[in-house]
Amino acid sequence: MPDHPTPRREFLSGCRDELPLLLGVAPFGMIYGLLALGAGLDRFTAQAMSSVVFAGSAQFVATQLVREGAPALVLVLTIFVVNLRHALYSASIAPYVKHLPARWKLLLSYLLTDEAYAVAGSRYARDGGRPDPSPHRHWYFLGAGFTLWAAWQLSTAAGVFLGAQVPARWSLDFTLALTFIALVFPTLKDLAAGAAALTAGAVAVLALGLPYKLGLIVAAAAGIGAGLAVERLRA
Amino acid sequence: MSLLAVLAVAGLLTFATRLSFIALLGRVELPPLLVRALRFVPPAVLSAIVFTEILVKDGAPDLSPGNVRLLAGAAAALVAWKTRNVLLTIGVGMAALWVAQSVPWR
Repeated sequence: MPDHPTPRREFLSGCRDELPLLLGVAPFGMIYGLLALGAGLDRFTAQAMSSVVFAGSAQFVATQLVREGAPALVLVLTIFVVNLRHALYSASIAPYVKHLPARWKLLLSYLLTDEAYAVAGSRYARDGGRPDPSPHRHWYFLGAGFTLWAAWQLSTAAGVFLGAQVPARWSLDFTLALTFIALVFPTLKDLAAGAAALTAGAVAVLALGLPYKLGLIVAAAAGIGAGLAVERLRA
Repeated sequence: MSLLAVLAVAGLLTFATRLSFIALLGRVELPPLLVRALRFVPPAVLSAIVFTEILVKDGAPDLSPGNVRLLAGAAAALVAWKTRNVLLTIGVGMAALWVAQSVPWR
């Protein structure tokens, strides 16, 4: 009978493995806080979005839409579309948390961000099919997720606190595009994914004139359609 | 509707997305088309945001060399493609933007 780590040790090693990712996350939390105030959100709403929506890229896009005066329905739909990728993480994690009580499933789902998934998902992948995985692995997930959550709240608070002291000519909002440039390349695994990206990009630019800032939603739909079509043609 | 209420709805939808398969596993069979389509969400959404951020200036498409965000974005894309390093991509992209912004020929 192997010795399994205690819940406490699992939790702490989850925290520790999440730490390197905070290097990328903390600056974004701050920049989000700055941009949110710049877009006209009050401090409370800016901070609340970080705990209620709790999804960096969607929050960046949401501040832009608020600044441009998009209607409520478009704001909700756009955040939904930008966060739709989390369904992939949910599908990937589901088999490993199947046995847990509902309160654990709810808590871990709330914490299931890109960065928490990156750490917890690779832990589950490392364990692979071993017959005796640690029965407290969900504490590892909780440690990783909680660390990311705390860092996101604190860095948002720092950005909100610094507020208007950062001049506009620094163009810090451009970090959003740069982050997404860095994130999009690893997703271009085959021709179909490339077709999805190019189609969505082109449609997004062509759809600029669409009313109610619907462009992103239409572009995402077109890109997904193109990806499916190319996949079918090559199959 | 107040912005806070809108964000609460968006937050609930995000939570539901994250919970979806975790809650449904073993209870509902998902349509295979939906599962296949999900794979294309990240490239489509990310690229749509990037294209509008770097190709659009003052509300209209701008492909001229005077568009500094396009120049800086191209430099960053090269770094991202070659290194897959997020921090390096951001560093090079911001440096390129600041340099291009300070050049008088724009």
